[in-house]
Amino acid sequence: MSEISSIQRVEFQDRVRTALNDVNLQRAMAKAKSGFVDKRLEAKNALPEFDQIRDAARDIKDHVLSNLDTYLELYEEKVIENGGYVHWARDAEEACSIIAEICKASGARTVTKGKSMVSEEMYLNPALEAVGMEVVETDLGEYIVQLAGEAPSHIIAPAVHKTREQITDLFHEHHSPLGYTDRVTQREALVNEARSVLRERFVSADVGITGANFLVAETGANVIVTNEGNGDLTSSLPKVHIVTAGIEKVIPSLEDLSVLLRVLARSATGQEFSAYTSIYSGPRRPEDGEGPEAYHVVLLDNGRSGMLGSDYQSMLRCIRCGACLNHCPVYGAIGGHAYGWIYPGPMGSVLTPLLNGFDSAVDLPNACTLNGRCKEVCPVRIPLSDLLLKHRTEQHERKLTSATSRWILTAWAWLVRRPRFYQAVMSIPLWIMNRVSRGSGGLRWIPFGRGWTNTRDFPAPSRKSFLRQWYSQEKGHE
Amino acid sequence: MKTHQSNSPITVGLFVTCLADLMRPQVAFAAVSLLEHAQCEVRVPRGQSCCGQPALNSGDRANSIEIAKQVITEFSDVDYVVVPSGSCADTLKNKYPNLFSKDMRWARRAQKFADKTWELTKFLYEKVELKEIDAALDGVYTYHDSCTGLRELSIYEQPRELLKQVKGLRLKELKDSNVCCGFGGLFSLKYSNISTHLVSDKCTEICNSDADMVLGGDLGCLLNIAGRLRRDNKKARVFHIAEVLAGMTDGPAIGDPEESQ
Ligand code: SF4
Repeated sequence: MSEISSIQRVEFQDRVRTALNDVNLQRAMAKAKSGFVDKRLEAKNALPEFDQIRDAARDIKDHVLSNLDTYLELYEEKVIENGGYVHWARDAEEACSIIAEICKASGARTVTKGKSMVSEEMYLNPALEAVGMEVVETDLGEYIVQLAGEAPSHIIAPAVHKTREQITDLFHEHHSPLGYTDRVTQREALVNEARSVLRERFVSADVGITGANFLVAETGANVIVTNEGNGDLTSSLPKVHIVTAGIEKVIPSLEDLSVLLRVLARSATGQEFSAYTSIYSGPRRPEDGEGPEAYHVVLLDNGRSGMLGSDYQSMLRCIRCGACLNHCPVYGAIGGHAYGWIYPGPMGSVLTPLLNGFDSAVDLPNACTLNGRCKEVCPVRIPLSDLLLKHRTEQHERKLTSATSRWILTAWAWLVRRPRFYQAVMSIPLWIMNRVSRGSGGLRWIPFGRGWTNTRDFPAPSRKSFLRQWYSQEKGHE
Repeated sequence: MKTHQSNSPITVGLFVTCLADLMRPQVAFAAVSLLEHAQCEVRVPRGQSCCGQPALNSGDRANSIEIAKQVITEFSDVDYVVVPSGSCADTLKNKYPNLFSKDMRWARRAQKFADKTWELTKFLYEKVELKEIDAALDGVYTYHDSCTGLRELSIYEQPRELLKQVKGLRLKELKDSNVCCGFGGLFSLKYSNISTHLVSDKCTEICNSDADMVLGGDLGCLLNIAGRLRRDNKKARVFHIAEVLAGMTDGPAIGDPEESQ
């Protein structure tokens, strides 16, 4: 175990180093950062009852989680009533094979996808490509990372780590063979070019796969919010529509939906509502002008049911708004890829060890200053930093941390609990450091503290500790 | 908690914090002076060292519990416990009670202890309503809101209000004053490159603010900020708010050289 975690450690630190030295990443992240934060704040300030709505949103999610089986059954019943199919997938592999089967059975060759983090979670694209499908991402950000051969680095802004120049280069490289030989650099022109490339794909697609922001139990509908409208085209143009969602996405009613939508877009992008909120409830009916012939829902567990009833249950409230990422200073510094899996930032650091195993990402819960900004902004009030701390306790108890660090902690705690001895012992390094600093105010090197002193002075400690001064001055206090 | 006759002074136990104790004793002397100015009888229990955050934040509950019991016992006979640090105050106040979920007797004691624990600026501003501070310092300051104090104890206006009483001081707000400086205790050593990135951002904003000095209520953050400013030869001076309120700013600021003899 400790071997695994030390390899992991090196890998994580390597990814962090790469990210911190990546000029493009740093430029892109610096640009994105304050935009999200300022816009959310404006939206929050414009809605005086925002915090009450957050409470209501939390309560809805909590209620669902305590009655998850009931709502999932109700939802399934309704989907079937509407003429759709519901498939239950225990894990990613099962989900992929269900979806691949549906695609094959419908004779599909081309699959379009709307943005779906859960399909990233199940590594759906490679699974479909392996059975001969061409997979086209239709969300602009997803499309960009797909061209770059990368994974999304943000749960709502997949290409947030890319600068516009990088996107220009990517488009130029991939679109020139299609006849788009001009090098476009402006935002709008880039969007238009991508749209027109994608339009042809929409029309030729056999299967459309989307995620779902919510599944409404009372109607059997799935709800997708986007700002590009690509969800619509993905859902309604192809013959077959497949919805993929985690089991925690179900909510009771349309009324609950309106509450959740009010906090979702505001928290995510600072909009009152996303540009497109689309509700689909099944295959085309005879009276409908358009829509798919077949409608499937694939519900993924993949470790979620194990979180029910655990200390981490509140994490299942997550509505994937991305606010915790946008407000996390660590995420802002290292970007999403450094986290090592598809869910980055605070929500990812809580979720990844829960879905992939406690020993799968030992660094994530630790690479956090516990500043609590994530918890402050989460629309469904997930106590993210408390959950990260809980992970640390879990790691300590499962001995996933290094033996040396546990030993040091124990020795230190032993000393701390003997204050007089502690005061005597600590006076030695104090005296030495103070001498070495020679009145300069700071040390440029301290033992075991290179991480600090490589980039910062270590302010010189005082010659004599407060308690020792106090008790030598004020004998009366003894 | 005992209720008081107006003529008997309230007793305050100062929880010094290990950083003030070892790194910057003047912060604790300043706290004592301010509390005495507010007519409190200050006690400094000798059996104190650290609140246990390094253990707590490393997930080591067993050791955290032992340390918590020790602190709670040591401060059992004062009316209030005052802490010149938001993050240590939060540990005593909000984290200790959670450690004893399986031990009712200690849970009650921890809660009682939590109820009488205050962060210094909050205590001075809200509880004893400190007035007539006799301190003067010429210059423009900016304030770094340390995360835990800000988010867990709602410390924001208290320091700013108290500092209004210091003659000659003017406030220039820091952009992103509520964003973490990257200290995070052991985080600053374990993930030092991320920590450096964050403190560099912080120091850039400090320099952009053109303030002469940075004040704050948590030594951890201040040592981090001062260390980075000094390495970059930036001129802004760094003080703990208690030092400024107590008029103890004649000596070197945090991380600054001692004046030449
Ligand atoms: S944890 Fe909260 S803030 Fe983060 S993505 Fe989920 S809902 Fe949004």
